[in-house]
Amino acid sequence: MAGPVLEMRSIVKTFPGVKALSDVSLTVQRGEVHAICGENGAGKSTLMKVLSGVHPHGTYEGEILFEEEVCRFKDIRASEQHGIVIIHQELALVPYLSIAENIFLGNEHATRGFINWNETLRHATELLRRVGLDEHPETRVADIGVGKQQLVEIAKALSKKVKLLILDEPTAALNDEDSGKLLDLILQLKEQGITAIIISHKLNEIRRVADSVTILRDGRTIETLDVKAPETSEDRIISGMVGRDLEHRFPERTPHHPEEGTAPALEIRNWTVHHPIDQQRKVVDDVSLTVRRGEIVGIAGLMGAGRTELAMSVFGRTYGRHAGGTVLKDGKEIRTKTVPEAVGHGIAYVTEDRKHYGLNLIDTINRNISLSALGKVAKRGVVDEHQERQVAEGFRKSMNIKAPTVFEPVGKLSGGNQQKVVLSKWIFAGPDVLILDEPTRGIDVGAKYEIYTVIDRLAAEGKAVVFISSELPELLGMCDRIYTMAAGRLTGEFSRAEASQESLMRQMTKDKEVSR
Amino acid sequence: MSTVTDKTPASAPPGKNGAGGGDGLLQLMLDGMRRNMRQYGMLMALGLIVALFAVWTDGDLLLPRNVSNLVLQNSYILILAIGMMLVIISGHIDLSVGSLTAFVGSMAAVFMVRNDLPWPVAVVLCLAVGAIAGAVQGWFIAYGGIPSFIVTLAGMLTFRGLTEIFLEGQTLGPFPRGLQKVANGFMPEVGPETNYHNLTLLLGLALIALVVLQEVRDRRRQKEFDLDVLPAKLFLLKLVALASAVLVVTMLLASYKGAPIVLLILGVLLVGFGYMMRNAVIGRHIYAIGGNLPAAKLSGVRDKKVTFLVFLNMGMLAALAGLVFAARFNAASPKAGLNFELEAIAAAFIGGASMAGGVGTVLGAIIGGLVLGVLNNGMNLVGVGTDWQQVIKGLVLLAAVGFDVWNKRKVGS
Repeated sequence: MAGPVLEMRSIVKTFPGVKALSDVSLTVQRGEVHAICGENGAGKSTLMKVLSGVHPHGTYEGEILFEEEVCRFKDIRASEQHGIVIIHQELALVPYLSIAENIFLGNEHATRGFINWNETLRHATELLRRVGLDEHPETRVADIGVGKQQLVEIAKALSKKVKLLILDEPTAALNDEDSGKLLDLILQLKEQGITAIIISHKLNEIRRVADSVTILRDGRTIETLDVKAPETSEDRIISGMVGRDLEHRFPERTPHHPEEGTAPALEIRNWTVHHPIDQQRKVVDDVSLTVRRGEIVGIAGLMGAGRTELAMSVFGRTYGRHAGGTVLKDGKEIRTKTVPEAVGHGIAYVTEDRKHYGLNLIDTINRNISLSALGKVAKRGVVDEHQERQVAEGFRKSMNIKAPTVFEPVGKLSGGNQQKVVLSKWIFAGPDVLILDEPTRGIDVGAKYEIYTVIDRLAAEGKAVVFISSELPELLGMCDRIYTMAAGRLTGEFSRAEASQESLMRQMTKDKEVSR
Repeated sequence: MSTVTDKTPASAPPGKNGAGGGDGLLQLMLDGMRRNMRQYGMLMALGLIVALFAVWTDGDLLLPRNVSNLVLQNSYILILAIGMMLVIISGHIDLSVGSLTAFVGSMAAVFMVRNDLPWPVAVVLCLAVGAIAGAVQGWFIAYGGIPSFIVTLAGMLTFRGLTEIFLEGQTLGPFPRGLQKVANGFMPEVGPETNYHNLTLLLGLALIALVVLQEVRDRRRQKEFDLDVLPAKLFLLKLVALASAVLVVTMLLASYKGAPIVLLILGVLLVGFGYMMRNAVIGRHIYAIGGNLPAAKLSGVRDKKVTFLVFLNMGMLAALAGLVFAARFNAASPKAGLNFELEAIAAAFIGGASMAGGVGTVLGAIIGGLVLGVLNNGMNLVGVGTDWQQVIKGLVLLAAVGFDVWNKRKVGS
């Protein structure tokens, strides 16, 4: 290693009313993979926006040195000319353009304004080979999966002669298999001399690819650790992120042993769902499961296993074409053909995608919380605003939603606090059965713990909880029973004692090859 | 009703709340204003435009007769703007309202002039025709899944064509006296001879009493629920401001012929729809489907039914506007209501609606409509030609929305 490729010195960035970065310094060595971690709101993304010129020079204090040269980027183009490329968490691809068109978007191979297609395709093919993506460059981006789209983003970065690649939570939307491939690719690029900064919540990922890790907290640099050093354990990193020793990542819970004889709160029998467009395809195939009151039941599965599709099709047929099966509540068959019917029977579904399916981001906290059960704060079709506000205030306190008032638009809250608003909304609806779909996705460790506590409390109150998650440790830490799904089918059922990461993963990957 | 200053500025830090010193008061007011920047901004712009033209026309703008005129001239656009605001909040658009206005006018003429139906019966029939026309379009949009832009563009052409077919290209009139009186007339004169219109004065005072009562009741309820309330001084200030605003308008109108009946209709619509959008479950649902449709669906909002009702309502309001327009000019014309849809849409956007939906208030639509109305009226008085009027109104629309965009960017979101 030939010294640092990047130095950011004492960066201070203030937004009106908020100091996002109060004093951050970051040193990245040439040719390393450098991880940045920290709770949501710690300033990771802001720091990367400062670096890549999204926040132009002059809007922040401090100094940036890239390859021993002081940099004053006025926009993203300027930083890209120096070889700094950022790949955002939400991919920036145009779905209806081809892979090749996307790779060279804004940077076309053209002469006098006309695109040279031969050169474009040749270059695209070469780049795709480099990132290991086996797709024709003229394929539309909309037709390939998220994992492959991520690779297209990297190919796009390579086309810009990237020297420093910044990845903002690159695996957040990927399944384990695609994540693994992506991490391998990062290591491969490192061999080729490309330095990478990776923002991640996933500590196992950091251990796998990173050489060093910088921890941010409340807009400050806490420390930079050598990942390969033996004393850098996951708990060590976590304690740096939260500023306290985190002995328990999950609340202490006494496993629930439901009394036999009573009917389960929710029972799904032989549930089959077809894909909404490709109607030959079974997305959920003959699934039967039960949840009892006071029980937390996990559903583990890789992406595409059909977990969300199962939940949404049960919840008011909001996904796919229903093909068959019955839903029983407390032993009696119920109709859940529409959302109001499902809610009326005491079922709530908390979506995995809170921004698109969970919240009205431009509306306030109180109005979001009351939306699914407006009747509870309304008389004869008229909402009692004061009562509504009181309800929201109650949740703000009990759920520890960090906001000055309940009149704050939810779009301004951090991910963890938004998740608490979605949860509040469905708790307020007063369901007996809560289906939680990835309730801790994209939120920081501290907020995760708070969410776990809430889930635990709900179960203790006698609610039946279905917990869908891609993170096996949290399923193992929270659930009384865990089902595994693969390719639309239920492939296993484990009690808390039987379940381990290995045994679950074996069932989650079962049948996948056969059913394809 | 407490429509303007509705959001209690609860942002006041708890420590300062009780003190109520001069400094704290000012701070609180500024906070509240920043929160509702768009509404206050437009209200101030309206005030500015009124003041400008009042000076420019040597006070002619604010002559009682002209204020009455202003209300009557703009009533149909204001009625349409209320409905349009709901449509735009729900995330749609309605291009057909101008044609529908003309179509209902032609139906009114067919009912009353050709077939001599009694006017109250004809009015009910016309409103029903509007509701059906709106419902048909709403059905295609909500249940048929065809974009509202396309459906209402088709409606715009269809209704215009049907109007010409019904009227055979002619202008048809006159309408019965009773209807003319409603559309053009004033409230009846009663009581002893004063220099003012008694009933209007009475009505104004009643309105003030109602506003004060509602505000006081609201405050008591807030305390009951242990919520922060405005400090007493500021609350008093708010009451005085509201009351004097109502009083000024009342006096102006009462010193001429009194309040036009159409103004009463508008007032009822404003209060009714304002209350509905703010407090009724259906109002919330309209905001929710405009703000985030998938989230609203997953929350159990019956989005299709709500969309359908919004368009049905728009059709009915367009019918009302059509009746008022036809009665005011005492004839149904094939060219009636030309570009009304654009004026109504402009009013909604000036008044704070967003292209993406989910944002806006009924009061905003009225303020936006009044901005356009005062501009029209003022420029007529000053003698600006219709050619330049169009240019200026276009620039005002651009400036209003541009200011909003700039303001949002400055705050940083």
